[in-house]
Amino acid sequence: MNNATDTLIPAPRTRVTDLTQRSHTARRNHLIDQTFKYLGVAATFIGLIVLAYFIIDIAIDGIGRIDWDFLTSLPSRKAEKAGILPAWAGSAWILALTAIISLPLGVAAGVYFEEYAKESRMNHLLEVNIANLAGVPSIIYGILGLEVFGRLMGFGESLLAGAFTLALLILPIIIVATREAIKAVPSTLREASYGLGATKWQTIKWQVLPAASGGILTGTILSLSRAVGETAPLIVIGALAYVPFVPSGPMDQFTVLPMQIFNWTSRPQAAFLTNAAAAIIVLLLITFIMNGIAIYLRNRWQKNLK
Amino acid sequence: MMTTEFLIDTHGTPRVKLDAPVYRASEAASAYDARVKPQSTFKLHTTDLNVYYGDHHVLKNINMGIESNAITALIGPSGCGKSTYLRLFNRMNDYIDTFHMSGQVLLGDKNIYDKDVATEELRKLVGMVFQKPNPFPKSIYDNVVYGLKIQGINKKSTLDEAVERALRQSALWDEVKHDLKKSALSLSGGQQQRLCIARTLAVQPDVILMDEPTSALDPIASAKIEDLMVELKKEYTIVIVTHNMQQASRVSDNCAFFYMGDLVEYSDTKSMFTHPQKTQTQNYVTGRFG
Ligand SMILES: Nc1ncnc2c1ncn2[C@@H]1O[C@H](COP(=O)(O)OP(=O)(O)O)[C@@H](O)[C@H]1O
Ligand SMILES: [Mg+2]
Repeated sequence: MNNATDTLIPAPRTRVTDLTQRSHTARRNHLIDQTFKYLGVAATFIGLIVLAYFIIDIAIDGIGRIDWDFLTSLPSRKAEKAGILPAWAGSAWILALTAIISLPLGVAAGVYFEEYAKESRMNHLLEVNIANLAGVPSIIYGILGLEVFGRLMGFGESLLAGAFTLALLILPIIIVATREAIKAVPSTLREASYGLGATKWQTIKWQVLPAASGGILTGTILSLSRAVGETAPLIVIGALAYVPFVPSGPMDQFTVLPMQIFNWTSRPQAAFLTNAAAAIIVLLLITFIMNGIAIYLRNRWQKNLK
Repeated sequence: MMTTEFLIDTHGTPRVKLDAPVYRASEAASAYDARVKPQSTFKLHTTDLNVYYGDHHVLKNINMGIESNAITALIGPSGCGKSTYLRLFNRMNDYIDTFHMSGQVLLGDKNIYDKDVATEELRKLVGMVFQKPNPFPKSIYDNVVYGLKIQGINKKSTLDEAVERALRQSALWDEVKHDLKKSALSLSGGQQQRLCIARTLAVQPDVILMDEPTSALDPIASAKIEDLMVELKKEYTIVIVTHNMQQASRVSDNCAFFYMGDLVEYSDTKSMFTHPQKTQTQNYVTGRFG
């Protein structure tokens, strides 16, 4: 009996391997592996350290300056009395208007490319150009905005001119985010909708866009947090550095936080530099909060897609 | 002679267990008769049908009628074209760029690939249940009324009635009647699939297509869906793709065996499983390949 089983089951191949001992090549590969791991960590840390240094430096300079008065006062020739009310109000206006203008345009264009555009040379050209637009320096957008929105359309140096200019600037990002979000919508959802007799537009409106909304919103918020820090295009279209009032409508003149910071940093007095540091903290906080919301939405959205 | 040829392979070893169905030439005729039904009982019909994805010829000259108020099962190994065939009937293949076809697909006596056919209207008559339960990420109620709402039906009492009727028909009502506002995604897989059936029923189609509707479910949930199908065939024409031979033999009235794009054999289910006429069918239904 035993003999019979012995012949049926081949004896294990004898190969002595010490699992704790790496061969020569394996050792070298392991070394390379480790080297790249630590290089990667180092590269990440260099970025983080620089950022941390900058934030700590600014915080030491500015955090003591932030109080209720600072947030609710108009700018002033006296550094101790100056505040950032018109600046952050202007930034808020610009943010809201830019979002209102760019979101529908960007989503519509994204939907068009993802759902309707046929493979054609024209569409290919459009796609390549949108990708290129994302790389155009923002000051060029400022010049375009000055000409088209400021002069041709007669918005002058108003919030509206600024918002249109920034909307144009972030449009490519929103379009790309929309397309990616739509691509991530599971095809089973689409099939279910079509299978019940829905038209293409009904399917887009009731299934695709709601399912993609998290991704679209994430992209939009991230792009808006870029817009809120933009200075160059607004300087070009004529945003003012000194605005002793809070804008009350979209046709008003305005300033924004980065302009105010730029203004203060160009003054020789140390007290204005402190003001600038305080304003930078406020601006950074706004950006971090926006990015935080974006990351939160993205995580929630990715969970929902599963 | 034929019998022995069939049962004995080249090495002379019997290829079937003794109690497996044995094909006999004398029975061929009756099996053949069984599959010729008067055309008037056909709800769906394909004639000289050829389907391609690009150059890939995936369905070859299929002539087949699908009986009204019966369950027709499409069986065959993976990739033989069952899903493609099923999705012809509600024109779901239209979304695949490389898809093209020749021949006719008739619903009643109307070619559904005619230029004047609106696919949205077609899909109200020919509903579909998919392999993986795919409820919308909305409430149970909203899932069921979706097909009605897109038709512009918004009256609450109408929708409420439709929800109850569809959920009762799909044997889900008792389990969910108290929390219709609950997310459909919180249901179990089997409940989700019955919800998908309810959603299809709410539109009141004539035909229900099911592409391996139980392949993602456990045996108990599958059994419920099978019972449901048998119940539903009184009012609907059902076409089901299945990989599960027991399922095909349990629930279907007619059975079509596809192999590499060919319709190899088509007959009533009993003949198919007891007296298959082709070697390939015999091998497949007894589980020797596929
Ligand atoms: N979207 C598609 N594009 C190209 N080929 C496809 C596509 N879907 C299926 N096929 C091919 O068509 C054949 C039939 O597929 P399918 O109908 O899904 O088979 P089954 O449902 O029987 O497994 C397979 O060879 C498959 O690879
Ligand atoms: Mg399939």
